[in-house]
Amino acid sequence: MTLSLLVDNLVTILPLAVLAVWACLLLLVDAFLPRQHKGWIALLAAVGLALAMGIAVARFGFPTEAPFGGMVVVDRFSTFLTVLFLGSGLAGVAVAYDYLKRMEIERGEYYALLLFSICGMMLMGMAADLIVIFLALELLSIPLYILAAMAAHHNESLEAGLKYFLLGAFSGGFLVYGVALVFGATGTTQLFTIVEMVRYGQANLSLLLIGSALIMIGLGFKVGVVPFHMWTPDVYHGAPSPVTAFMSVGAKAGGFAALMRIFVAAFPSLSADMTTVFWVISALTMFLGNVVAIAQSNIKRMLAYSSIAHAGYILMALVPFGQAAVSRVSVASALFYLVAYAFTSFGAWAVVISLEKREGGGLALDDYAGLGRKHPALAAAMTVFMLSFTGVPPTLGFMGKFFLFRSIMEGGFVGLALIGVLTSLISAYFYLRVVVVMYMREGEPEVTSEPWLQLTVFVSAIAVVVLSLFSTPLLDWASRAVLQLF
Amino acid sequence: MLPVTYYLALSAVLFIMGALGVLIRRNLIIMFMSIELMLNAANLAFVAFARFHQAVSGQIFVFFVMTVAAAEVAVGLALIVTLFRTRHSVDVDDVTLLNG
Repeated sequence: MTLSLLVDNLVTILPLAVLAVWACLLLLVDAFLPRQHKGWIALLAAVGLALAMGIAVARFGFPTEAPFGGMVVVDRFSTFLTVLFLGSGLAGVAVAYDYLKRMEIERGEYYALLLFSICGMMLMGMAADLIVIFLALELLSIPLYILAAMAAHHNESLEAGLKYFLLGAFSGGFLVYGVALVFGATGTTQLFTIVEMVRYGQANLSLLLIGSALIMIGLGFKVGVVPFHMWTPDVYHGAPSPVTAFMSVGAKAGGFAALMRIFVAAFPSLSADMTTVFWVISALTMFLGNVVAIAQSNIKRMLAYSSIAHAGYILMALVPFGQAAVSRVSVASALFYLVAYAFTSFGAWAVVISLEKREGGGLALDDYAGLGRKHPALAAAMTVFMLSFTGVPPTLGFMGKFFLFRSIMEGGFVGLALIGVLTSLISAYFYLRVVVVMYMREGEPEVTSEPWLQLTVFVSAIAVVVLSLFSTPLLDWASRAVLQLF
Repeated sequence: MLPVTYYLALSAVLFIMGALGVLIRRNLIIMFMSIELMLNAANLAFVAFARFHQAVSGQIFVFFVMTVAAAEVAVGLALIVTLFRTRHSVDVDDVTLLNG
């Protein structure tokens, strides 16, 4: 590869390149910064994320390019996701800034690792080769294992990190073995070549099916769908809350980005076998996530099960992946849903972080009693998030579910859409319970008021309501983003 | 030259051994070794298929997988050592503070 070609390729993936270099520089700056000034790292990280986001947004309309010999592809799909990942990174910095100080785990590494993990997510959105997807998944995960265990003097955090690591590495094994089998079946790992090999009948279809199933298991662990969800509640509970917030949005969106790209772009020929599998997994995930969440009294665990349930809703979009016309709409709805979920989830976690105290205090549902009277604005924001999670208008969560169920029904999966509606009804019970506790019960909640945290809460709350009124342009963007996948 | 199915069968056996090892064994270090076994089973499959397809890319993937495995070892062993320092055990049944 000549130097000018390398430069050209790097310019194509400029947001990723900038962020990766920035993360390395952060580690360097951190080493020379005195302990009491670690807050500067947060600011620098935010600047880096904003810079990468600016570049990504500026390049939104650019034609599709496939640099590095077609290993990655920069199209509107990847740019859409890049903006989503960088946005969740900014939120991840905002909610962590005060929390890390309060819990006495302030370290510059948090921000550097966050940036590395986002690099992995961005690469996941761009990947056009199975081996890049494997590398991106590991780049996404390994920093998250460390982040989950960051409060290692707390046994819970260490345990969360260890569990996440073990199951993450385990699922990585499935993914890489699946990649090996797909390589054996087709002689290539490039997604677009795999399609051609299948079309010209040069692929071993049974090997391809087993390979794709193993890949699905590997990524299923990452996004936390039933039956690969066991780690989610423990890890979400034990990890420091800002890490959980970031993980529940970023890692999930990264996993779904890869699932969508792989199955829609490379494996549509397998839809006869895989559609049923996705159907069952999606239904089970929605059902189990929402039902088990009812039994939780710890807010972090409740949100963990809620995130499992939402993974089930997003997975719905993949059920019709063999019917190009339908899945074009359903994948666009899934992107929309991811945006809705990102705003809602970060907002809800920011409220949780505001109430959290040291040694795991302030996390029980009872600690939210009286919030409506003492801190009306915070309680109102939390109500908005809970309504959005449930899917009540006028919130983004409602529009997301509406678009998703509509596209699924167009594909002829009325039963699945019905399960989605029913499980949403079940979920109303535990989401609205939070609202009831906040407004109907007396209590003296202790809240940390910190500008960045409050900014995250109120920006998310306003976005959840206001963007739902302008949901058609957002869906249009999402639809244009997925056009080139097909 | 042995047919590719032989290699594939061996790698499948290794992979299943690894997966069962993670599920059955309770010692964190051994679980970790089993995960490495799964990755190496994939490596064997990659190399066998590379020869079968006469495609050198399969052999290059092995290097990627080995590098990632090394990075995972660095993080994983650090976590296990930290756990051992606080609990004086590497048994996964002792890691039950969070029960889900």
